[in-house]
Amino acid sequence: MIEVKNVEKSFVEPAGVRQVLYGINATFYDGKTNLIIGQSGSGKTVLVKNIVGLFRPDSGEILYDGRDITQMDRHQLKELRKEIGMLFQGSALFDSETVLGNVMFPLMMFSDMSAQQQRDRAQFCIDRVNLTGSEDKYPSELSGGMQKRAAIARAIALNPKYLFCDEPNSGLDPKTSIVIDELLSDITHEFGITTIINTHDMNSVMGIGENIVFINKGHVGWIGNKDEIYSQDNDDLNNFVYATDLFRDVRKYRLVHGYQKSAPGQH
Amino acid sequence: MILTKSFDSFGRYCMFLWRSFAVPEKWKVFFRRYMDEMSKLGIDSIPLILIVSLFIGSLCTILIKINISNPLLPRYTVGLTTREIILLEFSSSILCLILSGKIGSNIASEIGTMRVTEQIDALDIMGINSANFLVMPKILGLVTIMPFLVIICMATSLFGGFLICVLTGIVDTGTYIYGIQTMFIEWYVWFALIKSLFFAFIISSISAYYGYTVDGGSIEVGKASTNAVVMSNIMILVVDVVLTKLMLQ
Repeated sequence: MIEVKNVEKSFVEPAGVRQVLYGINATFYDGKTNLIIGQSGSGKTVLVKNIVGLFRPDSGEILYDGRDITQMDRHQLKELRKEIGMLFQGSALFDSETVLGNVMFPLMMFSDMSAQQQRDRAQFCIDRVNLTGSEDKYPSELSGGMQKRAAIARAIALNPKYLFCDEPNSGLDPKTSIVIDELLSDITHEFGITTIINTHDMNSVMGIGENIVFINKGHVGWIGNKDEIYSQDNDDLNNFVYATDLFRDVRKYRLVHGYQKSAPGQH
Repeated sequence: MILTKSFDSFGRYCMFLWRSFAVPEKWKVFFRRYMDEMSKLGIDSIPLILIVSLFIGSLCTILIKINISNPLLPRYTVGLTTREIILLEFSSSILCLILSGKIGSNIASEIGTMRVTEQIDALDIMGINSANFLVMPKILGLVTIMPFLVIICMATSLFGGFLICVLTGIVDTGTYIYGIQTMFIEWYVWFALIKSLFFAFIISSISAYYGYTVDGGSIEVGKASTNAVVMSNIMILVVDVVLTKLMLQ
C-alpha cells in the first residue's frame, strides 16, 4: 500500500514559482489496479515522479507500507527501488540487448541467482506476457505492443511489490491496449502487486479502474472506482471522462438502463 | 553571463564525474562492459588510425624534404624531423583530435539517445547508478586502450615515411632510417603516452557528460554530439599546451 499525504510540489522558473501539486492525499492499494487520471498538464506525471522518488516533494509524506520515501537517503532509496518495477511510456528497453537480455538485466544486477536460474526466471516472465518465441529478437524488431509486453516482463522480473506504469497504452491500437490493460490487471491480481497506472485512456478507466484518482489542476478532483464513475456529478471529471459525444451517450444510456457488469474482455 | 554559465557547467561536470566514479554494482557486469568498450572505442578505431597515420607519415616526409633543400642541412634531417613531429604532437594530440570526432560523437549520441528514450530513467528506477554503469566503463576503457593506439600510430606513421622513401626515392632509405634513429630521446615517447591518457579521459568524460545531460529529442542529441566534439577538441588543445610546458621545459 502506498499512501500519499499532503504532497505539495512547486518549480522555480524564470517567470516565478509555479505550484504544480496542492496538498495531494491518496491511497493506492495492494492487489488492485490504481489509476491516476487527468488532463495533460494537470500534474499527474509530476505526482508519479514524486511517488517513485525522481522528484522530492516540497512538503508532505509518501509512505510505502509505512516507509517514507521523502526522508530516505540515497542508500535506502536504492534498496526500495529493488521493490519497484516501472513501465515507461516508450518502453525504454535497452537497444543493445535482446528481449531475454532485457528481462534478465535486473536479475543479473540485483539477484544472486545462477545464470541458469536467471534464464529460467526471465523465460517465465516472457512466457507470462505471451512473448514466447521472441526471446532472441532485439527491441527494434518488435511491434509497439510486443515492446510494451517485453517491458512488462522486465518490470516484473524481480517480483516487485510496486509497479508503476506511465501511459501504458499510448501509441497502441484499441485492441492491443485492451490486451495490455488485461495483462497488467491479471499480473496485479495474481502477484498482489500495488499497481499505479498513469493514464488518460478512457478504455482503461472503464475496463480496469479499481481505484481511480482524478487529478485536476494540481488538486485531487475525485476518488472512486469504475462503477461509481458513471453516477457522480463532478463537472470537471465529467468534462474530462466524457470528452466525446459517444461517451456522453454511453453514460446517459447506463444511467437510464442501469449498469450491467460485463466480464473482462467483453466490452 | 558566459562566465557564470561556464562555471555552472563545470560544476555539473564535476558532480557528474563524482557520481560516475563509484564502486560498480556488480564487478562481473562492469568487467564485461569494460572489455566491450575497449573493443568498441579502441579496437574498432584501429583501421582509421592506420589510414590516417600512414598518410600523415608520408606527407611529413615529403613536405620536410621539399623544405630542406638548403645544402648545409644534412639529408637525415628528413627522418629526424618526421620522427619529432610524430612523437611530440601527431601521435598523441592530433590523433586524439581526430579520434574525438569518431569516439566523442559516438559516446554522446549513444548516451543521449538512451536519455531521450528513457533508458537512463529505467536504470535509475531499477536502483542502478546510471552514470556509473554507463560512463565508468567507457572512461576507463578508453584510458586503458589509448596508449596502445598511440604506439600503433607512431609505428605506422614512421612506416608511412619509410614507404614514401621506398616508392619515390626522394630520400635514400638508409638515410631516412638513420634519421629516425639519431638523437633519439626516449622521454618523448613517454611524453606522448602520458598526454594520451589525459586526452582519452577528456574525450570520454566530456562526451559522456554532454550525452547524459541531453534534454529533449533528436535535435538535442545532435547538438550534444556536436558540442561534445567541439568541447573535447578545445580541452585537448588547452591541456596539450599546459602539459607540454610542464613536461618538456
